[in-house]
Amino acid sequence: MKPIQNLQSLSLWIAVYLTGLFMLFPLIAVIPVSFTPKRFLSMPQGEWSLRHYKALFSDEVWLASISDSVFVALISSVVATFLAVSFTLGLWFRQPRFGPVLVGFSLLPMAVPPVVSAVIIYFLEARIGLLDSYAGLILTHVIMVTPFAVIVMLTATARLEKSLELASRNLGATRMQTTFMVILPNLKFGIFSAWFLSLVLSWEEIAVTLFVSGIDVITLPKRIWDGLRLNVDPIIAAVSVLLMVLTTIAIIAKTVHEYRQKK
Amino acid sequence: MSSRINIHTVAMWMLPVLLLAVYLLPLAGVFGWSVSRPEAGLENYARVLTDTDTLNILWRTARICLTVTVVSVMLAYLMSYHWVYGSPARKFFMELCIFIPFWISVLIRAFGWVVILRNKGIVNTFLLDLNLIAEPLTLVRTEFSVILGMVHFMVPFAVFPIAASMRQIDARVLLASRGMGATPGFTFWNVFLPLTIPGVLASAIIVFVFALGFFITPAILGGGKIVMVAEYIYIQMFQTANWGFGAALSIFVLAIVGALAGLLFKVIRPERLVN
Repeated sequence: MKPIQNLQSLSLWIAVYLTGLFMLFPLIAVIPVSFTPKRFLSMPQGEWSLRHYKALFSDEVWLASISDSVFVALISSVVATFLAVSFTLGLWFRQPRFGPVLVGFSLLPMAVPPVVSAVIIYFLEARIGLLDSYAGLILTHVIMVTPFAVIVMLTATARLEKSLELASRNLGATRMQTTFMVILPNLKFGIFSAWFLSLVLSWEEIAVTLFVSGIDVITLPKRIWDGLRLNVDPIIAAVSVLLMVLTTIAIIAKTVHEYRQKK
Repeated sequence: MSSRINIHTVAMWMLPVLLLAVYLLPLAGVFGWSVSRPEAGLENYARVLTDTDTLNILWRTARICLTVTVVSVMLAYLMSYHWVYGSPARKFFMELCIFIPFWISVLIRAFGWVVILRNKGIVNTFLLDLNLIAEPLTLVRTEFSVILGMVHFMVPFAVFPIAASMRQIDARVLLASRGMGATPGFTFWNVFLPLTIPGVLASAIIVFVFALGFFITPAILGGGKIVMVAEYIYIQMFQTANWGFGAALSIFVLAIVGALAGLLFKVIRPERLVN
């Protein structure tokens, strides 16, 4: 039942579609700009061109940033998933009384404003000499995305019956066998979701990345940021369109994958 | 394998120990900077609370964050309502409007607003073509553009707690209200809205906290003219190399966020908002 019928009135109907337009308009607006034949940001008038897409794929600087981003995101997402899975599994098996405190602590980097995390990690990496290196950037991304992976894993382990462990142990499986052959296979769906979220978040991370890298290692978001700050070029529109297409494909692929898993 | 060391205990402690080393200890180090650079004492904190430029920036930050919070929560309420109670077609449309922007990089979303709002952008070209204006309006690098971009970023985050609180409402309560003769408007203001207040409060606090520490959108759409506290910290660290003052500002922001988070846990029980 719809609780309040007259909320469906015409004025609200219009407000809903205006809100929708507001959410989608800035994304749509970028698309035509990426096809402009001109050297500067403009709407293509009559003639559409692929020159900025060609420029993107022949520019070594942009290609290097894409490969830096892929490398950092792949490693950070795997490490973050590993940490989140072992943390939540350990909690699930041990069920300590101070569990909620540990969870709260492990979510800290997500709750602290990104700019404060950036100052903290900058301090750390300045001390141990990891600024502007792959290792430093991976460490940064692991710190920033692991809390999100932990949240996904907490929902996954919450659905897991404790009796599963008892059954496995009663049937003679060792602790290792129970963990790796019974519990982990039951969590594979949650583990995949945690990894996927970590991958996307690391691929898009910019706030903290800005503080800790910039000369030797330049990820794609950092390169886009520089472009937006210094000289806005239609090539940024082309990158944006490609990233939006990639994001949309990734969401669809994940939805289809989830749908198949549930079946 | 030796059974004296429990692998589950080891697994459980790995992440907290790592965070202690790479997050909590450096946080203590940042605090150390704030009271020791350039010289020992509380001078940096005194400067946060007395320096005119800093106070102006803090005031602007508070003003923008409040505006963004109010506007985002109102839009999110409208969108959540139609997401939860709309027809299947409208539900699908709302999902598109919530999830596609949610997953797309904050940089691209700010860039989209630059394309729309800049002097030769879509809005100005449209208005000039219609002869409604003679000169392009200055829309980027204004507080207006910063607020617009931030609201656009925050709305999906504001939707989730509100939609969760709407889903928990027992439809029979609303039926009872209508059955006892209340008008739809009365039912909305006196029954439906009060039941969603925990979600609204959670959403407002989440948006406010996010907005406070956020600097990508303000930096791009404010173009260095509309500096908020997060960008100010960035400037202190990298342009003027005032590490002590930057650290003190960070601790100050952290304290405010901590207080707000405490409020969030007092006012509502967050565990009710999961699902």
